[in-house]
Amino acid sequence: MNLLGLFRRRNSAPVARERLQVLLAHERAFVGKSDLLAVLQEEIIAVIARHVTIERERVQIKLDRGDPISILEIDVEVPSAAAAAALREARPAMAGG
Amino acid sequence: MATVLVVTSGKGGVGKTTSTAALGAALAQQGQHVVVVDFDVGLRNLDLVMGAERRVVFDLINVVQGDAKLPQALIRDKRIDTLSLLPASQTRDKEALTAEGVARVIGELREKFDWVICDSPAGIERGAMLAMRHADAAVVVTNPEVSSVRDSDRIIGMLDAKTAKAEKGERIDKHLLLTRYDPARAARGEMLNTEDVLEILSIPLLGIIPESEDVLRASNLGTPVTIGSPNSVPAKAYFEAARRLRGETLVVTVPAERRGLMGRLFGRRAVA
Repeated sequence: MNLLGLFRRRNSAPVARERLQVLLAHERAFVGKSDLLAVLQEEIIAVIARHVTIERERVQIKLDRGDPISILEIDVEVPSAAAAAALREARPAMAGG
Repeated sequence: MATVLVVTSGKGGVGKTTSTAALGAALAQQGQHVVVVDFDVGLRNLDLVMGAERRVVFDLINVVQGDAKLPQALIRDKRIDTLSLLPASQTRDKEALTAEGVARVIGELREKFDWVICDSPAGIERGAMLAMRHADAAVVVTNPEVSSVRDSDRIIGMLDAKTAKAEKGERIDKHLLLTRYDPARAARGEMLNTEDVLEILSIPLLGIIPESEDVLRASNLGTPVTIGSPNSVPAKAYFEAARRLRGETLVVTVPAERRGLMGRLFGRRAVA
Protein backbone atom coordinates (compact mmCIF):
# COMPACT_ATOMS: atom_id res chain seq x y z
CA MET A 1 0.00 0.00 0.00
CA ASN A 2 2.71 2.42 1.01
CA LEU A 3 5.03 1.39 -1.76
CA LEU A 4 2.17 1.81 -4.19
CA GLY A 5 1.36 5.15 -2.61
CA LEU A 6 4.93 6.29 -2.99
CA PHE A 7 4.97 5.24 -6.62
CA ARG A 8 1.74 7.09 -7.33
CA ARG A 9 2.99 10.21 -5.63
CA ARG A 10 6.12 10.21 -7.71
CA ASN A 11 3.90 10.08 -10.74
CA SER A 12 1.96 13.25 -10.15
CA ALA A 13 4.77 15.80 -10.48
CA PRO A 14 5.45 15.09 -14.19
CA VAL A 15 1.73 15.54 -14.85
CA ALA A 16 1.85 18.88 -13.03
CA ARG A 17 4.90 19.88 -15.05
CA GLU A 18 3.25 19.06 -18.35
CA ARG A 19 0.01 20.83 -17.45
CA LEU A 20 1.93 23.94 -16.48
CA GLN A 21 4.05 23.89 -19.62
CA VAL A 22 1.02 23.77 -21.89
CA LEU A 23 -0.86 26.39 -19.89
CA LEU A 24 2.02 28.83 -19.58
CA ALA A 25 2.95 28.51 -23.27
CA HIS A 26 -0.59 29.64 -24.11
CA GLU A 27 -0.71 32.35 -21.46
CA ARG A 28 2.61 33.86 -22.52
CA ALA A 29 1.55 33.85 -26.15
CA PHE A 30 -1.71 35.58 -25.29
CA VAL A 31 -0.42 38.31 -22.98
CA GLY A 32 -2.22 41.52 -23.91
CA LYS A 33 -4.56 39.60 -26.18
CA SER A 34 -6.95 38.40 -23.51
CA ASP A 35 -9.86 39.72 -25.57
CA LEU A 36 -9.09 37.51 -28.54
CA LEU A 37 -11.90 35.06 -27.85
CA ALA A 38 -14.42 37.82 -27.24
CA VAL A 39 -13.39 39.47 -30.51
CA LEU A 40 -13.59 36.15 -32.35
CA GLN A 41 -17.04 35.54 -30.95
CA GLU A 42 -18.29 38.95 -32.03
CA GLU A 43 -16.94 38.60 -35.56
CA ILE A 44 -18.15 35.03 -36.02
CA ILE A 45 -21.62 35.94 -34.79
CA ALA A 46 -21.68 38.94 -37.13
CA VAL A 47 -20.76 36.80 -40.15
CA ILE A 48 -23.36 34.14 -39.38
CA ALA A 49 -26.04 36.70 -38.55
CA ARG A 50 -25.55 38.19 -42.01
CA HIS A 51 -26.95 35.00 -43.50
CA VAL A 52 -29.20 33.40 -40.90
CA THR A 53 -31.12 34.62 -37.90
CA ILE A 54 -29.50 33.52 -34.66
CA GLU A 55 -29.74 34.30 -31.00
CA ARG A 56 -26.60 35.53 -29.28
CA GLU A 57 -27.31 33.45 -26.19
CA ARG A 58 -27.45 30.29 -28.30
CA VAL A 59 -23.82 30.50 -29.32
CA GLN A 60 -21.43 28.37 -27.28
CA ILE A 61 -17.69 28.70 -27.66
CA LYS A 62 -15.55 25.93 -26.26
CA LEU A 63 -11.82 25.75 -26.16
CA ASP A 64 -9.39 22.96 -25.37
CA ARG A 65 -5.86 24.28 -25.19
CA GLY A 66 -3.41 21.56 -26.00
CA ASP A 67 -0.05 20.67 -27.35
CA PRO A 68 0.57 20.51 -30.30
CA ILE A 69 -2.94 21.69 -31.22
CA SER A 70 -5.81 23.47 -29.54
CA ILE A 71 -9.42 22.95 -30.47
CA LEU A 72 -11.78 25.87 -30.80
CA GLU A 73 -15.33 24.62 -30.97
CA ILE A 74 -18.22 26.91 -31.84
CA ASP A 75 -21.79 25.70 -31.49
CA VAL A 76 -24.37 27.93 -33.12
CA GLU A 77 -28.01 27.01 -32.72
CA VAL A 78 -29.77 27.84 -35.95
CA PRO A 79 -33.52 28.06 -35.50
CA SER A 80 -35.99 26.64 -38.04
CA ALA A 81 -37.44 29.03 -40.66
CA ALA A 82 -40.64 29.55 -38.68
CA ALA A 83 -38.79 30.14 -35.42
CA ALA A 84 -36.43 32.51 -37.20
CA ALA A 85 -39.36 34.54 -38.52
CA ALA A 86 -40.79 34.77 -35.02
CA LEU A 87 -37.40 35.86 -33.75
CA ARG A 88 -37.10 38.54 -36.40
CA GLU A 89 -40.44 39.93 -35.37
CA ALA A 90 -39.57 39.85 -31.70
CA ARG A 91 -36.14 41.36 -32.15
CA PRO A 92 -35.69 43.14 -35.46
CA ALA A 93 -32.24 44.32 -34.46
CA MET A 94 -30.85 40.80 -34.39
CA ALA A 95 -32.25 39.82 -37.79
CA GLY A 96 -29.76 38.98 -40.46
CA GLY A 97 -29.84 40.10 -44.08
CA MET B 1 -32.95 27.88 -2.03
CA ALA B 2 -29.35 28.49 -2.98
CA THR B 3 -26.60 29.09 -0.47
CA VAL B 4 -23.78 31.47 -1.31
CA LEU B 5 -20.66 30.34 0.51
CA VAL B 6 -17.41 32.30 0.63
CA VAL B 7 -14.14 30.49 1.27
CA THR B 8 -11.87 33.04 2.85
CA SER B 9 -8.88 33.39 5.21
CA GLY B 10 -7.11 36.71 4.99
CA LYS B 11 -3.76 34.99 4.79
CA GLY B 12 -2.52 33.50 1.54
CA GLY B 13 -1.34 29.96 1.01
CA VAL B 14 -3.52 28.39 3.69
CA GLY B 15 -5.57 26.27 1.29
CA LYS B 16 -8.55 28.37 0.16
CA THR B 17 -8.46 27.30 -3.46
CA THR B 18 -7.76 23.65 -2.66
CA SER B 19 -10.60 23.66 -0.14
CA THR B 20 -12.99 25.43 -2.53
CA ALA B 21 -12.32 22.74 -5.14
CA ALA B 22 -12.60 19.86 -2.67
CA LEU B 23 -15.74 21.14 -0.90
CA GLY B 24 -17.37 22.05 -4.21
CA ALA B 25 -16.61 18.62 -5.64
CA ALA B 26 -17.72 16.87 -2.44
CA LEU B 27 -21.09 18.67 -2.44
CA ALA B 28 -21.55 17.89 -6.15
CA GLN B 29 -20.63 14.24 -5.54
CA GLN B 30 -23.44 14.23 -2.97
CA GLY B 31 -25.85 15.26 -5.73
CA GLN B 32 -25.95 19.01 -5.12
CA HIS B 33 -25.72 21.47 -8.00
CA VAL B 34 -22.58 23.45 -7.36
CA VAL B 35 -20.69 26.29 -9.00
CA VAL B 36 -17.26 27.34 -7.78
CA VAL B 37 -16.41 30.96 -8.59
CA ASP B 38 -12.85 32.29 -8.68
CA PHE B 39 -12.67 35.85 -7.35
CA ASP B 40 -8.89 36.14 -7.59
CA VAL B 41 -8.82 38.56 -10.50
CA GLY B 42 -5.41 38.72 -12.13
CA LEU B 43 -4.13 35.58 -10.41
CA ARG B 44 -6.65 32.89 -11.14
CA ASN B 45 -5.79 29.37 -10.04
CA LEU B 46 -9.04 27.61 -9.28
CA ASP B 47 -9.17 26.54 -12.96
CA LEU B 48 -5.81 24.83 -12.55
CA VAL B 49 -6.76 23.07 -9.31
CA MET B 50 -10.03 21.95 -10.92
CA GLY B 51 -8.21 20.70 -14.02
CA ALA B 52 -10.12 23.03 -16.35
CA GLU B 53 -7.30 25.43 -17.24
CA ARG B 54 -7.26 24.40 -20.89
CA ARG B 55 -10.94 25.08 -21.33
CA VAL B 56 -11.29 28.66 -20.09
CA VAL B 57 -12.94 30.84 -22.71
CA PHE B 58 -14.78 33.56 -20.82
CA ASP B 59 -14.53 34.62 -17.21
CA LEU B 60 -16.27 36.40 -14.37
CA ILE B 61 -15.33 39.85 -15.64
CA ASN B 62 -16.60 39.06 -19.17
CA VAL B 63 -19.95 38.21 -17.57
CA VAL B 64 -19.90 41.23 -15.24
CA GLN B 65 -19.22 43.51 -18.20
CA GLY B 66 -21.76 41.83 -20.45
CA ASP B 67 -19.23 40.54 -23.03
CA ALA B 68 -20.46 37.02 -22.41
CA LYS B 69 -23.60 35.46 -21.03
CA LEU B 70 -23.32 33.38 -17.89
CA PRO B 71 -23.95 30.00 -19.63
CA GLN B 72 -21.13 30.78 -22.08
CA ALA B 73 -18.64 31.38 -19.29
CA LEU B 74 -19.56 28.44 -17.05
CA ILE B 75 -17.31 25.41 -17.50
CA ARG B 76 -19.03 22.13 -16.74
CA ASP B 77 -16.81 19.62 -14.95
CA LYS B 78 -16.07 16.57 -17.11
CA ARG B 79 -16.13 14.14 -14.18
CA ILE B 80 -19.15 15.32 -12.20
CA ASP B 81 -21.92 16.87 -14.22
CA THR B 82 -23.50 18.81 -11.34
CA LEU B 83 -20.27 20.76 -10.84
CA SER B 84 -19.38 23.95 -12.73
CA LEU B 85 -16.63 26.54 -12.61
CA LEU B 86 -16.75 30.26 -13.27
CA PRO B 87 -13.11 31.28 -13.74
CA ALA B 88 -11.50 34.58 -12.82
CA SER B 89 -9.98 36.87 -15.39
CA GLN B 90 -6.25 36.55 -15.88
CA THR B 91 -5.06 39.90 -17.08
CA ARG B 92 -7.68 42.54 -16.75
CA ASP B 93 -7.97 45.49 -14.49
CA LYS B 94 -9.31 44.63 -11.04
CA GLU B 95 -11.55 47.69 -11.11
CA ALA B 96 -13.59 45.93 -13.78
CA LEU B 97 -15.17 43.86 -11.05
CA THR B 98 -17.97 46.18 -9.97
CA ALA B 99 -20.16 45.74 -6.92
CA GLU B 100 -23.33 45.95 -9.04
CA GLY B 101 -21.97 43.50 -11.61
CA VAL B 102 -21.04 40.98 -8.96
CA ALA B 103 -24.46 41.33 -7.33
CA ARG B 104 -26.14 40.60 -10.67
CA VAL B 105 -23.97 37.57 -11.44
CA ILE B 106 -24.42 36.09 -7.96
CA GLY B 107 -28.16 36.61 -8.36
CA GLU B 108 -28.14 34.69 -11.65
CA LEU B 109 -26.03 31.90 -10.16
CA ARG B 110 -28.44 31.57 -7.23
CA GLU B 111 -31.17 30.65 -9.69
CA LYS B 112 -29.15 27.90 -11.34
CA PHE B 113 -27.35 26.20 -8.46
CA ASP B 114 -27.84 24.91 -4.92
CA TRP B 115 -24.40 26.13 -3.87
CA VAL B 116 -22.43 29.14 -5.10
CA ILE B 117 -18.96 28.81 -3.63
CA CYS B 118 -16.81 31.94 -3.93
CA ASP B 119 -13.05 31.42 -3.69
CA SER B 120 -11.75 34.64 -2.15
CA PRO B 121 -8.36 36.12 -2.97
CA ALA B 122 -5.96 36.55 -0.05
CA GLY B 123 -5.85 39.88 1.71
CA ILE B 124 -8.59 42.27 2.74
CA GLU B 125 -8.74 44.36 -0.42
CA ARG B 126 -11.54 44.90 -2.88
CA GLY B 127 -11.53 41.38 -4.36
CA ALA B 128 -11.80 39.74 -0.95
CA MET B 129 -14.56 42.15 0.06
CA LEU B 130 -16.53 41.45 -3.13
CA ALA B 131 -16.12 37.69 -2.70
CA MET B 132 -17.73 37.81 0.75
CA ARG B 133 -20.24 40.54 -0.04
CA HIS B 134 -23.25 38.34 -0.90
CA ALA B 135 -22.39 35.33 1.23
CA ASP B 136 -24.96 33.56 3.37
CA ALA B 137 -22.23 31.51 5.00
CA ALA B 138 -18.46 31.52 5.22
CA VAL B 139 -15.76 28.92 5.50
CA VAL B 140 -12.77 30.46 7.25
CA VAL B 141 -9.72 28.44 6.24
CA THR B 142 -7.08 28.53 8.96
CA ASN B 143 -3.73 26.86 9.52
CA PRO B 144 -2.75 26.06 13.11
CA GLU B 145 -0.18 28.81 13.06
CA VAL B 146 -0.12 32.25 14.71
CA SER B 147 -0.27 34.56 11.69
CA SER B 148 -3.04 32.54 10.05
CA VAL B 149 -5.16 32.58 13.23
CA ARG B 150 -4.67 36.31 13.60
CA ASP B 151 -5.71 36.98 9.98
CA SER B 152 -8.71 34.68 10.35
CA ASP B 153 -9.81 36.71 13.35
CA ARG B 154 -9.74 39.89 11.28
CA ILE B 155 -11.67 38.22 8.46
CA ILE B 156 -14.31 37.01 10.93
CA GLY B 157 -14.71 40.61 12.04
CA MET B 158 -15.22 41.69 8.44
CA LEU B 159 -17.75 38.94 7.79
CA ASP B 160 -19.75 40.34 10.71
CA ALA B 161 -19.51 43.93 9.51
CA LYS B 162 -19.02 44.26 5.76
CA THR B 163 -21.28 41.65 4.18
CA ALA B 164 -24.72 42.48 2.78
CA LYS B 165 -26.32 40.21 5.40
CA ALA B 166 -24.43 41.84 8.25
CA GLU B 167 -25.46 45.29 7.05
CA LYS B 168 -29.09 44.19 7.16
CA GLY B 169 -28.55 43.09 10.75
CA GLU B 170 -28.65 39.40 9.83
CA ARG B 171 -26.23 36.75 10.93
CA ILE B 172 -23.79 35.10 8.60
CA ASP B 173 -22.92 31.47 9.40
CA LYS B 174 -19.20 31.10 9.92
CA HIS B 175 -17.39 27.76 9.88
CA LEU B 176 -13.79 27.07 10.73
CA LEU B 177 -11.88 24.73 8.44
CA LEU B 178 -8.55 23.83 9.95
CA THR B 179 -6.17 22.83 7.17
CA ARG B 180 -2.58 21.58 6.95
CA TYR B 181 -3.03 20.06 10.36
CA ASP B 182 -0.15 17.87 11.45
CA PRO B 183 -1.40 15.66 14.30
CA ALA B 184 2.10 14.57 15.27
CA ARG B 185 3.37 18.11 15.67
CA ALA B 186 0.23 19.18 17.49
CA ALA B 187 0.65 16.21 19.87
CA ARG B 188 4.24 17.22 20.52
CA GLY B 189 3.13 20.75 21.28
CA GLU B 190 4.98 22.22 18.32
CA MET B 191 1.83 23.42 16.64
CA LEU B 192 -1.34 25.03 17.94
CA ASN B 193 -3.88 22.28 18.51
CA THR B 194 -7.53 22.29 17.53
CA GLU B 195 -8.77 23.41 20.96
CA ASP B 196 -6.36 26.35 20.96
CA VAL B 197 -7.58 27.61 17.60
CA LEU B 198 -11.25 27.03 18.40
CA GLU B 199 -10.95 28.81 21.71
CA ILE B 200 -9.30 31.83 20.13
CA LEU B 201 -11.60 32.17 17.11
CA SER B 202 -14.77 30.80 18.76
CA ILE B 203 -16.62 29.79 15.61
CA PRO B 204 -17.89 26.24 15.01
CA LEU B 205 -15.54 23.70 13.50
CA LEU B 206 -16.39 22.45 10.01
CA GLY B 207 -13.52 20.02 9.72
CA ILE B 208 -9.86 19.29 10.16
CA ILE B 209 -7.86 18.56 7.03
CA PRO B 210 -4.52 16.95 7.76
CA GLU B 211 -1.39 17.96 5.91
CA SER B 212 -1.32 15.31 3.23
CA GLU B 213 0.44 14.27 0.09
CA ASP B 214 -2.94 13.31 -1.33
CA VAL B 215 -3.82 17.02 -1.38
CA LEU B 216 -0.59 17.95 -3.15
CA ARG B 217 -1.15 15.18 -5.64
CA ALA B 218 -4.71 16.42 -6.26
CA SER B 219 -3.40 19.86 -7.24
CA ASN B 220 -0.69 18.35 -9.44
CA LEU B 221 -3.27 16.35 -11.34
CA GLY B 222 -6.01 18.99 -11.39
CA THR B 223 -8.38 16.57 -9.71
CA PRO B 224 -9.99 17.64 -6.42
CA VAL B 225 -8.95 15.20 -3.71
CA THR B 226 -12.54 13.99 -3.17
CA ILE B 227 -12.60 12.83 -6.81
CA GLY B 228 -9.02 11.63 -7.20
CA SER B 229 -8.50 9.91 -3.84
CA PRO B 230 -12.00 9.61 -2.36
CA ASN B 231 -10.89 7.18 0.34
CA SER B 232 -7.97 9.23 1.60
CA VAL B 233 -8.08 10.89 5.02
CA PRO B 234 -8.36 14.46 3.64
CA ALA B 235 -11.09 13.45 1.17
CA LYS B 236 -13.11 11.88 3.97
CA ALA B 237 -12.69 15.05 6.02
CA TYR B 238 -13.94 17.15 3.09
CA PHE B 239 -16.91 14.82 2.52
CA GLU B 240 -17.85 15.16 6.18
CA ALA B 241 -17.40 18.93 6.04
CA ALA B 242 -19.76 19.01 3.03
CA ARG B 243 -22.37 17.04 4.98
CA ARG B 244 -22.03 19.45 7.90
CA LEU B 245 -22.55 22.37 5.51
CA ARG B 246 -25.78 20.68 4.45
CA GLY B 247 -26.93 20.70 8.05
CA GLU B 248 -25.97 17.26 9.30
CA THR B 249 -24.54 17.00 12.77
CA LEU B 250 -21.43 14.84 12.77
CA VAL B 251 -18.73 14.61 15.38
CA VAL B 252 -15.49 16.09 14.05
CA THR B 253 -12.69 13.59 14.27
CA VAL B 254 -9.21 14.92 14.92
CA PRO B 255 -6.98 13.10 12.45
CA ALA B 256 -4.98 10.66 14.51
CA GLU B 257 -1.49 9.56 13.78
CA ARG B 258 -2.48 6.80 11.44
CA ARG B 259 0.80 6.43 9.71
CA GLY B 260 2.18 3.61 7.71
CA LEU B 261 5.74 2.56 7.19
CA MET B 262 6.76 5.69 5.31
CA GLY B 263 5.12 7.94 7.86
CA ARG B 264 6.95 6.21 10.69
CA LEU B 265 10.25 6.46 8.89
CA PHE B 266 9.70 10.15 8.23
CA GLY B 267 8.51 10.71 11.78
CA ARG B 268 11.64 9.16 13.24
CA ARG B 269 13.86 11.14 10.94
CA ALA B 270 12.10 14.36 11.86
CA VAL B 271 12.57 13.71 15.57
CA ALA B 272 16.18 12.60 15.29
